Amino acid sequence: MTATFSRREWLLSEQPASRRQARLGQGYRTWLALRANPLAMIGLAIVVTLVVVALLANVIAPYDPIVGGDLRTERLLPPSLTHLMGTDEQARDIFSRLVHGSRITLMVVALVAVIATPIGLLVGTTAGYFGGWVDTVLMRVTDIFLAFPRLILALAFVAALGPGIENAIIAIAITSWPPYARLARAETLTIRDTDYINAIRLQGARPVRIIWGHVVPLCLSSVIIRVTLDMAGIILTAAGLGFLGLGAQPPQPEWGAMIAGGRRFIIDQWWVVTMPGLAIFVVSLGFNFLGDGLRDVLDPKARK
Amino acid sequence: MSGATKTGGRSRALPFAWKAVKLLASVALTFLGLLFVTFLIGRVVPVDPVLSVVGDRASQAVYDRVYIELGLDKPLIQQFWIYLQKVFTGDFGDSFMTKRPILDDIMRVFPATLELATFGVILGTILGVPLGVLAAVKQGRLADQVVRVVGLIGYSAPIFWLGLLGLLIFYAKLGWVAGPGRIDISYEYDITPATGLLLIDSAMQGKWAAFGNIFSHIILPASLLGYFSMAYISRMTRSFMLNELAQEYVIAARVKGVPEWRIIWVHALRNAAVPLVTVIALSYAGLLEGSVLTETVFAWPGLGQYLTNSLQNADMNAVLGGTLVIGVVFVGLNLLSDLLYTLLDPRVRRRG
Repeated sequence: MTATFSRREWLLSEQPASRRQARLGQGYRTWLALRANPLAMIGLAIVVTLVVVALLANVIAPYDPIVGGDLRTERLLPPSLTHLMGTDEQARDIFSRLVHGSRITLMVVALVAVIATPIGLLVGTTAGYFGGWVDTVLMRVTDIFLAFPRLILALAFVAALGPGIENAIIAIAITSWPPYARLARAETLTIRDTDYINAIRLQGARPVRIIWGHVVPLCLSSVIIRVTLDMAGIILTAAGLGFLGLGAQPPQPEWGAMIAGGRRFIIDQWWVVTMPGLAIFVVSLGFNFLGDGLRDVLDPKARK
Repeated sequence: MSGATKTGGRSRALPFAWKAVKLLASVALTFLGLLFVTFLIGRVVPVDPVLSVVGDRASQAVYDRVYIELGLDKPLIQQFWIYLQKVFTGDFGDSFMTKRPILDDIMRVFPATLELATFGVILGTILGVPLGVLAAVKQGRLADQVVRVVGLIGYSAPIFWLGLLGLLIFYAKLGWVAGPGRIDISYEYDITPATGLLLIDSAMQGKWAAFGNIFSHIILPASLLGYFSMAYISRMTRSFMLNELAQEYVIAARVKGVPEWRIIWVHALRNAAVPLVTVIALSYAGLLEGSVLTETVFAWPGLGQYLTNSLQNADMNAVLGGTLVIGVVFVGLNLLSDLLYTLLDPRVRRRG
């Protein structure tokens, strides 16, 4: 990146001089295509806002999310300048709770992705690489997990493990990996008989090394795109569990649980239910817009 | 999938029978897996199954006796075998809450869920297919974008939140629809239960006042479920139609001078209909899932509400029974969509 040519030219160069330049250039092209898609940009803005809000929750939130104000005078106040989104039945500022709740949402999404992606990758690549009975057994197990609707299976797991945010995350992760395994298996099938994999095998590499060192990195990108597309679903499932009282427990400011808490007041104090729902809606809409745009850019089949 | 290439020779000789056997074997295995998963979940529960039978004041002798009666001293695999035998004779155990056999409970609540989901999927199809076709025909233009955003909103809104807002606006503020529940108490004993689907029962018995009441109860939750299935169906219709409209027979029809509406609605949609049927079957299965949250919001006495009530009361037998039934219905609908695909598409049928 010397002064002789601009950064843009370096990135879009037709003859990249290094692997890093090629990779960055590809990323830049994706970004350019994504930037042309207004919905994807709205989505990205929403997701970035979520991350910033979660990081700076202590700075942004004007009140404490757990300890309420004066129960005699500050209960169920409608939205105003002092309480932007009103207060709930325990005189807590709803806006502050939403701001702190973004941390829970982000944590759920991140942890589910971190738990479910490796499981899916491991199962899928192993099944695809070995084939035969290993493939049959692993894919049969995957199909069994796919046979349950996701929320129902998560419900049953949480029922067994006991309610709470950690168990909800585990349950959602357990129900999330099968599609990733399917995808990774399909990718592995196209990779496993290529010449470079055969070459590594002839050099004497063990299956574990081939799978982790050479197959997994190639499956990673498509699985990650799929995970991004699933994030809205993860948020909605977590909120659903929270709403049913099986996710985060009070007084944690989890958005789904906040809706459940406000149900009793919906007719006269509409804001208690409406605001957290709006937060869930906007955030999952953001992930959906972004995922939809990403797929348009990265999936050649959808592009036509 | 992977077996298709290996068994290619055999499948050509006996296409349909072989395929049916393979399908049945895989479905049987899946069912077995479903049972094993619910069995395992039932075993990791922190609730002591013996205590829930004998209560916490029982003597050690009684406790031990029930422990052995429940088969908890046997190895896990033997316990699973006992569980299997019970399930196949329709014995899911008794509900802790209602003190009745789980299967009876589920049979009682299932029609309510079926009615709601069916109404929802009908609405979703009626709206979703034309919207998807419209989006495909106007690809990239305003109508396409609008359909896309409407669909993405359906993918993003929490269904229980929309339900609560719907109740607030259309029931509490405007009074256009009836509130939570399936039917007003004043009509409840008017109808002799026959199919368990109240709309059909009341219509068959000519109780039109009750029919109107039931309709005003079901319309809001059904529209809600319909909206969610519409989001899915319209998106899939769009992509199937785009695929068909790019085919050569469409160009041939245009050259021949077939009017455009006929090309779209008769030629292309007919070919898109085959995969569409499977999508509709899948969205039907998806509504079963959506019904858990919807039924909680609308106090709808169906399977979803039964499941959440049982959950809240730590009634593990009922939870697992309900989970299993939903899993079985889910697998059944997937199987049905596979079979429909084979029946409707002559190419798949011939290839075997």
